[in-house]
Amino acid sequence: MKKILVVCGNGLGTSLMMEMAVKEVAKKLGFDAEIDHEDLSSAASSQADIWVAATDVATQLEEAGKENIIKLVNIFDKASIETQLKTFM
Amino acid sequence: MVNFFEFMLGLLKEPAIMVGMIAFIGLVAQKADISTILKGTIKTVMGFLILGFGAGALVGALNNFSVVFTEAFGVQGVIPNNEAIVALAQQAFGYEMALIMFFAFVVNIVLARVTPLKYIFLTGHHTMFMSMLVAVILSTAGITGTALIAIGATTVGSLMVLMPAIGQRYTEKVMGTDQLAIGHFSTLSYVVSGYIGGKFGDTSKSTEDIQMPKSLMFLRDTPVAVATTMAIFFSLASVFAGGEFVETVSGGQNWVVFTFMQSLTFAGGVYIVLQGVKMLIAEIVPAFKGISDTLVPGAKPALDCPMVFPVAPNAVLIGFLCSFAAGLVAMGIQGALGWTIIVAGVVPHFFVGGAAGVYGNATGGLRGAVLGSFAQGLCISILPMLLLPVLGGLGLEATTFADFDFGVVGLVLGWMVS
Repeated sequence: MKKILVVCGNGLGTSLMMEMAVKEVAKKLGFDAEIDHEDLSSAASSQADIWVAATDVATQLEEAGKENIIKLVNIFDKASIETQLKTFM
Repeated sequence: MVNFFEFMLGLLKEPAIMVGMIAFIGLVAQKADISTILKGTIKTVMGFLILGFGAGALVGALNNFSVVFTEAFGVQGVIPNNEAIVALAQQAFGYEMALIMFFAFVVNIVLARVTPLKYIFLTGHHTMFMSMLVAVILSTAGITGTALIAIGATTVGSLMVLMPAIGQRYTEKVMGTDQLAIGHFSTLSYVVSGYIGGKFGDTSKSTEDIQMPKSLMFLRDTPVAVATTMAIFFSLASVFAGGEFVETVSGGQNWVVFTFMQSLTFAGGVYIVLQGVKMLIAEIVPAFKGISDTLVPGAKPALDCPMVFPVAPNAVLIGFLCSFAAGLVAMGIQGALGWTIIVAGVVPHFFVGGAAGVYGNATGGLRGAVLGSFAQGLCISILPMLLLPVLGGLGLEATTFADFDFGVVGLVLGWMVS
């Protein structure tokens, strides 16, 4: 089972919304994963197999040395989540 | 038997249990399995308790800041921070807040179902903050019991569809789709910025055509941003108040060390509160969305403000800088006139100013982004000051609600009930 962490600035709103979208897509694809959301500050010391973030936050995750990042221009774009998540299956 | 009733009544009067109940009902309604229900309910209750721990951590630093600031400048300094004020208010108004929030979700679903305003407001922490604001104002006006919950929930639930609708004209322009809406109680900031951008802007030059240093993006890291601003303003206050005075407040600790430690303590407290809010809403929001998906087909999700950030990243930085500049100008004006000073916070100016920059850019290019975010920056520096008197005892705290809509709703509601 893979661990997916969804990240935004405060870890309150945007990442929770993205998490709901990612969970929906993962369920549809039958992708077995533990999915959670977090704030950018905590993410620095967290571990995950796949990261999900809006493009602006994704840049900062990259700077923090994170790999396998799903980047979203539209945070509710399930089609884009699906295409990118498939590359990790 | 009487003891059992007393126990149940006591349990349900506990606001933490009340929010746990909301999560419990939401999870049961979604037919979640028992382990998920248990886990979700426990985490929600803990989230509420963590709010209290955060309040305990930040209140001391906040009071010290307030004393030093008043000594330094002769006027009161107030930090606009939603998390801090909600954490401080939860002890007295947590129970009312929880009930208003629960029924506001219901009102939102009903309105989205029966009116053409098909918005589902998914920014759970803003629903929570608005419920708290309304609970405080209605309670301060002497309204209690069922009336308080009914008026409160109707108000908050209506705002959850009305505010996204008010912003929709501009949100559509920003996002290029009418399927998403803005669900963030800074709507009027974005409307002001979008309007000014359209009136005085020039769409021939976009913010995205120029080069911006990306180094400022570290301010998205909230604890760092809060600590940095607090340290700067606390240091200024300490210098003006004089080391000798600060050391009477610190109980003898070196004033420079004290200033920095208190700033970081405040930021740490805000971070704890954020974690609490995160845990509190993490189960409730998906349950709310799950239920609304079934009951309101074709609903449009109203989302948190960073949804617009990827559209125009430069506009976010420009919007932040202009909004923050407006905050500093407002501080100067407030100080010169001897009013309460609303300390310009990096966090509200970054998130709200940044998003306002994107709206201003969408309607009026670079010039629209600059003018729009500056104008709303002035608004969010003046409104919290006007809001303080209607908050009763809570208005005497050194922190208050930050966003535009909170200010307007608070003032209108305060005027209506007085």
